[in-house]
This record gives sequence, C-alpha cells and structure tokens, in this order.
Amino acid sequence: MSELENGPEGMNRRQLLRHTAWFGAAVALTVTAGEVISHIGGTPAAAALAQDPHALRFVQLSDSHLGFTGSANTDVTGSFNRAINQVNALGFRPDFVMHTGDLTHLSTQAQFDQVGQMLRGLRTGQVFTVPGEHDSVDDHGQKYRAMFGAGTHGDGWYSFDIKGVHVIGLVNTLALEKLGHLGTDQLEFVRKDVAGLSSDTPIVVFSHIPLFAMYPAWGWGTDDAVQALSYLRRFSSVTCLNGHVHQLFTKTEGNVTFHSATTTAYPLPHPGQGPGPIPLTLPAGQLGAALGIRDVTYQPGQHTLAIRDQRLA
Amino acid sequence: MRQFRTKFVVPAVAAGIMAFAGCGGPATAAPAPADQAMPGMSMPPVAAAPMATNAVSIMNFAFSPATVTMKAGTTVTWTNHDQDAHTVSAMSGAFHSATLNTGQSYSYTFTTPGRFDYLCTIHPFMLGTVVVTP
Repeated sequence: MSELENGPEGMNRRQLLRHTAWFGAAVALTVTAGEVISHIGGTPAAAALAQDPHALRFVQLSDSHLGFTGSANTDVTGSFNRAINQVNALGFRPDFVMHTGDLTHLSTQAQFDQVGQMLRGLRTGQVFTVPGEHDSVDDHGQKYRAMFGAGTHGDGWYSFDIKGVHVIGLVNTLALEKLGHLGTDQLEFVRKDVAGLSSDTPIVVFSHIPLFAMYPAWGWGTDDAVQALSYLRRFSSVTCLNGHVHQLFTKTEGNVTFHSATTTAYPLPHPGQGPGPIPLTLPAGQLGAALGIRDVTYQPGQHTLAIRDQRLA
Repeated sequence: MRQFRTKFVVPAVAAGIMAFAGCGGPATAAPAPADQAMPGMSMPPVAAAPMATNAVSIMNFAFSPATVTMKAGTTVTWTNHDQDAHTVSAMSGAFHSATLNTGQSYSYTFTTPGRFDYLCTIHPFMLGTVVVTP
C-alpha cells in the first residue's frame, strides 16, 4: 500500500488547489500487453486522462452505515452528505456513481428511505449499488432489492456496458458463510455474462466484500471468488473495486487489480490489529482523514485506468 | 470452514486469531452420556428442569464463551456489549435473534438435546456453539 500512503508531492497544481488535504495520491495503472505499471498521479498520463471528454469517469462511495450511532462517528449522515457534496464538486459529472454497500447500518426501512433520498442528490448519470451485509440484516436483502434491485438478476447482481467498459455488480453478502459468498447461480451468471466479450474489453467488477483474501479471519474475503475470477482470466484488464474493510488497500494478482475503498462512516483497524474489525474512535479532528471518496477514469484509446482516492473534504 | 486458495501474507497475529480458535474444530464438549436419567419423563423437559441461565457475552466481535454446554431446558442469554450491532442466528435456522444493538439481549430456551452452531449474520466469522445434553 505504499503508493496509497504517498504524500501530495505527485499531484499537479490544479489538483493541489482543489484538494488541500489528500490522504492518497492518484494511482494510474497503465495496462499494456498484460503488464501493469503504476504511476503516481500528476504524471502526464493521469493529467491527460483528466482532460479527455471521451473518457469514462465514475465515482465509488462505500460503507455509509446510515443509522450507526457509535462514538466512532456520531454523525454518519453528515459525513455522507459531505461525501455527496464532494462528488458534486469534482468539476465533472461522473457517468455513474457506484455505492459498494453498507448503505444502511441495520437495514431498516427508514434507513433505506434516507439513503435513497440522499443518493438522489448526486449529480451523475446514474446511481448503482451493491449490497453490504448490513443492508440485508434479517430479510435476506428484500428491502434492499425493493429499493435498488430493479433490473437486476437473482439476488441483485447485474452487468452493463458503458463507454467500452464492461461493468459487473456482484452480491457476496447474503449466504450464511464465514466469508463472502457468490454461489453457483451468480457464478454461472458471470460465466455467461462475459462469454461473448472480446478479451481486450476492460472489465470492472464491484462487490461489497473483497474478492481477494484480504483477511479471512475477519471475513475479509470471498470463498468462491477464485471461480468467478477464473472466468475473467483471459481479459487483459480486470479491476475489482470493493468496500467492507473501511480502508484503502491495493493488490495485483496477474491480470486483476483489487482496490478496497475507504468509508464515509468510520474507520476499521488494519487487518489483524486488535481482536476484531471493531469501529475505531479516532481523536477529535482526525475522522475526516480516514473517510473519503474515489473517482476512476478510463480512457479506452490508451488502455489506462486511473484511480484516485481523496479524503473527505 | 473453507480454505483460501489465494495466497496472501498477513502478519502473524495471535490475538486476532484467538477469537476464532473454536471455529471449524470439533466441539469442545463431550457428547452427553446416553444413560443419564431423565427427570419427569411424563412432562416436557422445559417444564421439569430448573431454569438455569447461561450468559454469553458478545464483545470485541466474538461470542464468549464460544461454546456453552448445558442441559435441555436451559435458557441462554446473549448480551451485545459491542458498539456495532450483532445477531445470534442458528445455522440450522432453529433460532434467530433480532438485530441486537449495544446493550440489548436475546434469550432462547433449548429444549432439544443436540449441537447448535450459530453465528452473527452481519459478521459471519463470529461463530458460537451451544451443546444441549439430555
């Protein structure tokens, strides 16, 4: 995670003016013939991407936990509001905004109503979601799907194409397993979904729980993800974006790059630090630095994908 | 417990693993002796047995103790001491608490002998077992 902990020295002047406090420099991944090269933001590649009107631009928000009332964040609604305002102030209108789950804390109807209303305040082409385990407490995701499940398959999974990129939204939070689980129906969906795509189609996969083994002892992994990823092995560029772990983390395995997003609600400890993934209460004034939003740019012509994480303004 | 095929190196953390020491292993409780006398054969065990109560604490994302062994008719009470919410949900579906917020409790009376594995559906790596002897 060294690139995520780099200071702001790599950003260009415009970005520096817009974002006075960064906790992660932009990471541009240039994919050429299966080889992944990382650049820190501010390189010519990243700067060019930001200017290209034909590029795909989207935003990832995650783990807003509306309804959480603990000391780790006594105002999760306020934090989510700031995140939405920050998206709306990005300086471009994202093609879509993806929320990667734990929209609510306890899956109550009031919490779903609230998060649905807040998401409508985003200035974007479309809002997508995948559910977190907090969005399916006690009802196997029924209330979640009633609000966000239109047009989806099975328990809420789906795919779509946008500006040359194939996007897949997965549900790995419903099975009663120690780890995240996709299940045979969803695995079959993935297999068929990508079967007809040419191998140079960039694939972006969203899920709540990581599709890689970030820390299985805390449930930070998906037990049958390897099967899903096997269907994506032939593609030259696969990017998996997840939430759940409330912290930035990046890992590359072959043709697949995984990026865990941070949260808009409260931080969790690094893997294995402490007895469990217990919400961290930070000293006063430090919470905002642990929260954030992510924007991603993809420019088909150059086969590049730029991922930028910003702390909550 | 399923095995991960993906290799991923994490620092050794004994403390983090301690809470899950019971998962996947055999039940720590011995099977109930079959020749044990059943008091009040004509009555349902729940009415005949004295109401013993076992308390299970939910703290730091773990059930403590992770395994409880007691006689049929005993009531187990789980209390959530964490900042986050948890559930107590039998894998067999035999019992299922509502969502327990901080300080809230859930009680269930076990009338049938057997082994009941349960978890928190919100954090399914949290595993517990109730062993009910006749």
